[in-house]
Amino acid sequence: MSDEKQESPGAGAEASETPAAPEATAVKRPKLVPVKKAVPVKAPSAPADEGVTRRGLFSALGLGWLTFVGASGAFLAASTRFLFPNVRYEPPSSFRAGLPSDYAVGAVEERFKAQYGVWIVRNQEGMYVLSTVCTHLGCTPNWLAAEQKFKCPCHGSGFRMSGINFEGPAPRPLERYAISLADDGQVLIDKSRLFQEEKGQWKDPASFLRL
Amino acid sequence: METFKEIVNFLTNPKILLILSVVMFAAGLIFIRFFTKPIVAIAGAAASVVFFGLSMTDENFMLIVAKADNVPIVMMVVLVGFFTWLGMRRAVINDQLMEAGQETMERRETKQKVFVWPDLVYIEFLAIILCTVGLIIWSILLDAPLEEPANPTRTPNPSKAPWYFLGLQEMLVYYDPWIAGVLLPGLIIVGLMAVPYFDPNPKGNGYYTWKERKFAITTFLFGFLILWVTLIFIGTFLRGPNWNFFGLFERWDVAKLEALVNVDLSEYFWVIWLDGGRPTNPLLRELPGLIVTAGYLFLLPPILAKTVFRKFYAEMGPIRFNVMIFLFLMMASLPIKMALRWMFNLKYLVAFPEYFFNI
Repeated sequence: MSDEKQESPGAGAEASETPAAPEATAVKRPKLVPVKKAVPVKAPSAPADEGVTRRGLFSALGLGWLTFVGASGAFLAASTRFLFPNVRYEPPSSFRAGLPSDYAVGAVEERFKAQYGVWIVRNQEGMYVLSTVCTHLGCTPNWLAAEQKFKCPCHGSGFRMSGINFEGPAPRPLERYAISLADDGQVLIDKSRLFQEEKGQWKDPASFLRL
Repeated sequence: METFKEIVNFLTNPKILLILSVVMFAAGLIFIRFFTKPIVAIAGAAASVVFFGLSMTDENFMLIVAKADNVPIVMMVVLVGFFTWLGMRRAVINDQLMEAGQETMERRETKQKVFVWPDLVYIEFLAIILCTVGLIIWSILLDAPLEEPANPTRTPNPSKAPWYFLGLQEMLVYYDPWIAGVLLPGLIIVGLMAVPYFDPNPKGNGYYTWKERKFAITTFLFGFLILWVTLIFIGTFLRGPNWNFFGLFERWDVAKLEALVNVDLSEYFWVIWLDGGRPTNPLLRELPGLIVTAGYLFLLPPILAKTVFRKFYAEMGPIRFNVMIFLFLMMASLPIKMALRWMFNLKYLVAFPEYFFNI
């Protein structure tokens, strides 16, 4: 609005010198005309107060709106940028987990739970890797060796050693990660590839290491 | 004493406890004149104090009740009981007054006027001081229940929400997260906001009454006392390690074995009842559950409108009635789902794990 006032005195002064001019400003004239003696004196100041033209108002509003949208957009962009840190302190998604012979048959290896969030299970036929995230609401279940099941302490979901859900509210089995043998004979686990049983992905040979 | 503890443990099995609390709730409302007598209330309070005092000698009970997290819940149970009783007592007195053609207690009270200064400010000042003193004493006596730094590999067992969210956490045991965590809590809030719009009945405005608002009071108290407070109670006192149920005097044994193999409705229908295999097409597989759900949400309202709630339907008209009955059925779905889980180990009526959609 301050821009408006700076522009308007010029336009107003011009209009006051030609009172009968049939311009857009003439619409406002009748208010000023009845005042007899004060016409030349008051005219320069009065349009300064009322000099908001329709065009001027809309351009000011438009400018304000553009500024607002620009600022909001910049803020949003900055906020979005903030979600992607420059440095991520995450372990690499792919790691080596020792030789298959290090794993006892029928046991759940919890060694990598803290760092990588996986359980490695070895059974008669081979090995597979389970994610430690409960499929109900994302808590970390505990492996109960005595009962041979994973049990979530948050809502009581239970999973068998295979990762299949069988009790509590969890709607689907634990997810598996890709597992293979590296060149040096070590087990190579790739967390960037997920296998979900309900989508039939456990049949994928990459989800299970046959030994 | 041991047999007494075993009886209490049996009664606090959630299946029994929930049925018991519904029975007590119904009895309280049916025999409302009896239960709102001061002598009955004093007797009940005395019995509770004796029970609580005796129970404190049990180490397992003591462990749960005296835990710093749980102290406010004990207070809450007492306060909820007292204020519900007080409201219902005034309602009964008002009903009697109105029957005799007299003015309600509240109307009589509003005729008497006092000054804000000093009368009201004086009381408020006193309340502030007493609350502050209470909080200071509480904070001196009980340390804040802080735990060790969070560790993703060591989830506390059991892992409990703050006490006021334990009702929601209990709901999550029976429902998919999007229903128990988003839809139902949202409906509680939106539904409570919608009540004045679908229920413009002016009766009970500004005064307590029971006879004029039986359905409204029963429904609200059922939702609040049974589905909110009782679930908080269950979550606090009866949920132990591995989220198993434990009686009030039972030791929280981490190794307690509870066989709960849950089964979806599709498996019941196709495998157990029809002795076949489950169809591979997910839509066909979940058809029975979808039909049951659709029947519950779309078939039941018109049936209820023609039978039990005929009078409501006539008074409220179709739109208000349908909004009301939808909220009512959504509320009723929680105890129904809990009962199905406990009685038949039913996990989900409709289960599309492929699309993260389960009912």
